[in-house]
Amino acid sequence: MSDDLYRELILDHYKSPRNHGLLEPADARAEGQNPLCGDEVTIAVRFNGGDTIDAIGFEGRGCAISQAATSMLTELVQGRSVEEVAAMPKEELLEEIGVPLQQNPARLKCALLGLGVLKVALHRAKGTPLPDEWAGMDELEIT
Amino acid sequence: MTETVAPPRLDARRLRADFPAFELEIHGKPLAYLDSANSSQKPRQVLDAMREFYATSYANVHRAVYTLGERSTAGYEGAREKLRAYINAPSTREVVFTRNGTEALNLVAYAWGLDNLGPGDVVVSTELEHHSNFVPWQFLAQRAGAEFAVIPIDDQGELVLEALSEIEQRGRVKVVACALVSNTLGTINPIAEIAAWARDRRAISVVDACQAAPHRQIDVQALGCDFLALTGHKMLAPSGIGALWGRQDLLQELSPFELGGSMIRRVTVEKTTWAELPYKFEAGTPPIAEAFGLGQAIDYLNAVGLPAIERHEQELTEYAFARLAELPYVTVYGPPPDRRCGIVSFDVADVHPHDVAQILDGEGVAVRAGHHCAQPVMDHYGVAATTRASFYLYTLREEIDRLVDGLAKVHATFA
Repeated sequence: MSDDLYRELILDHYKSPRNHGLLEPADARAEGQNPLCGDEVTIAVRFNGGDTIDAIGFEGRGCAISQAATSMLTELVQGRSVEEVAAMPKEELLEEIGVPLQQNPARLKCALLGLGVLKVALHRAKGTPLPDEWAGMDELEIT
Repeated sequence: MTETVAPPRLDARRLRADFPAFELEIHGKPLAYLDSANSSQKPRQVLDAMREFYATSYANVHRAVYTLGERSTAGYEGAREKLRAYINAPSTREVVFTRNGTEALNLVAYAWGLDNLGPGDVVVSTELEHHSNFVPWQFLAQRAGAEFAVIPIDDQGELVLEALSEIEQRGRVKVVACALVSNTLGTINPIAEIAAWARDRRAISVVDACQAAPHRQIDVQALGCDFLALTGHKMLAPSGIGALWGRQDLLQELSPFELGGSMIRRVTVEKTTWAELPYKFEAGTPPIAEAFGLGQAIDYLNAVGLPAIERHEQELTEYAFARLAELPYVTVYGPPPDRRCGIVSFDVADVHPHDVAQILDGEGVAVRAGHHCAQPVMDHYGVAATTRASFYLYTLREEIDRLVDGLAKVHATFA
C-alpha cells in the first residue's frame, strides 16, 4: 500500500511545493500542528477586500503526505470564493490527493492538517464559527 | 578485575514460537516487529494464563470471603511477590500496583511534591527524559513556585553530570528525576551515582525504569534510589498494569494520591484514615488479571534469564550499528552500542520519519516514528522526529537486514 501512497504526484508536490512561502501582509492566517507526529503547517491568504481567495501561501515541515496535501490544497482553492472553501468537504481534497488513506486514520490526519488550518484562518477572518468536525483545530497554534 | 563468564545465549527463533503475533503476515510479508521499546508482544504463556485466571480464579480482590475471591487475591498478591523479587525490593509493602509507569511517576510527583516543594527549592529532571518523568515535575515545580532544572545531554546522548554543580547553586535541590535507560536513545544512565548525589543533598531520587526493567536486572537496593517506576506492557505483560517501588519510610510519610475505595482504614463523617502499605496507594478495584499477567511475564523472563536477554540485545545492537553504517544517508543518534540498550534512533536524510515508517510497514517492518514522548531530545538534535528501531528477546538478525533493505527502498523512493 505504501507504493500507492507515495505515487508520483505526491512526491512531486512534496519536493516542489506550490505556493510555498507566507504572504505578507495577509487577510487571514493560521497555523496548526499534528500533536501526535509534529507535522506543522502555516497558511496565509489574501482576498483583497473581496470574497475570493486571490492568493494563498504556506510554510511547514513534516511528512510527505502533510506537506504535499497542503501544496495540492493551495492549488485547489486558488480563485474560489471564501465562503465555498470555508464549507468545502474534506472528501474533495482527499479525492484530489487520490491515494488510499481512509483505512489509515493517522495518515488521514496528516493529509487533512492543511485544510483544517485553512478553515481556521478563513472562519477567523470572517468571524464565523468553525464547523464542529474541525473542533480543536483552532487550539493547535505552534507558538 | 576478575574474568567474568559470558552470560548464556538465548534462542530467539525458538522463543518466537511462543508469540502468536509472529504468525502474522503484514502486506503479505512476515511481521518484523522492531518496536518493542514502545510496547512488547505477548507470549502464549501470559495470554493463556490470563484466560485461565479469568475462567477459574476471578473475583474482586481483598474483600471476598468466598473461594473465588481467595483465589483471585492469591493471584494478585502472588504477582506482587514476583515483582518484589524481580527488582530485589526488601518488602512487598513497598510495591504499589498502578496502571502504568506514568501513573506511578504522577503518584510520586503529586503525593510527595505537593507536600514537599516550595519557593527556593529546585526540581531536577533530565534532557533525555520521557515526558512521564519530566512533565509532572515541571508542572508541580510551577505550582509550588519551585525552580525546574534539567541535566543536559552531550551530542552522544549522555548526561552531563558536571552541570549538577551549577544547578545546585540555584537553591535547595529536593528531587532528582531520571530514567535508568533513555527510551529514545537507549542511553544507560549512571543511576547509582545520581542517586548518591541526591542522597548527599537530602533530595529524593525518582527513577523511571520502564525501558530498563524488560531488559536488564534491576536491584533497587544496589541502585540506592528512593522511588522506581516500571510498566508491564513493555515486558511481555498486558497493558494496564505498572508499578511503583518506594522506600518504606518515604511511602509511609506520603499522603495518598487517589482516594476512595480500598485505600482506607476507617471512614467517618469527621475524618478518614488510610490503609496500610501498599494499599494506601491502590484506590478502587485494581487491574487484577493484568497484575496476574505481569507475574506470569516475570516468570517467563526469569526462565529465559535477564543476562541472556541483555547479551542478545547487545549483539543485535552492534549488528544494527554495523549494518546502518553501510547506508550513507542514515544518521544514528546517541551513544555507541556498548553504552546503550537495544534502541536505535536514526534519521534518513531528507525523508520525514513518518514516511520512513510508512514505507517500512509496506515491507512488514514495524518501527516507531515520532518524538518518542521526548521532545527535549528532539530539540537537542534539532529534529522534529526520528525513526526508532528497538529489539527484544525475540528479535532476529534477519529482521535488522529487512530494516536495512527497507531503508534502501525509502531512500530510492525519495531520491
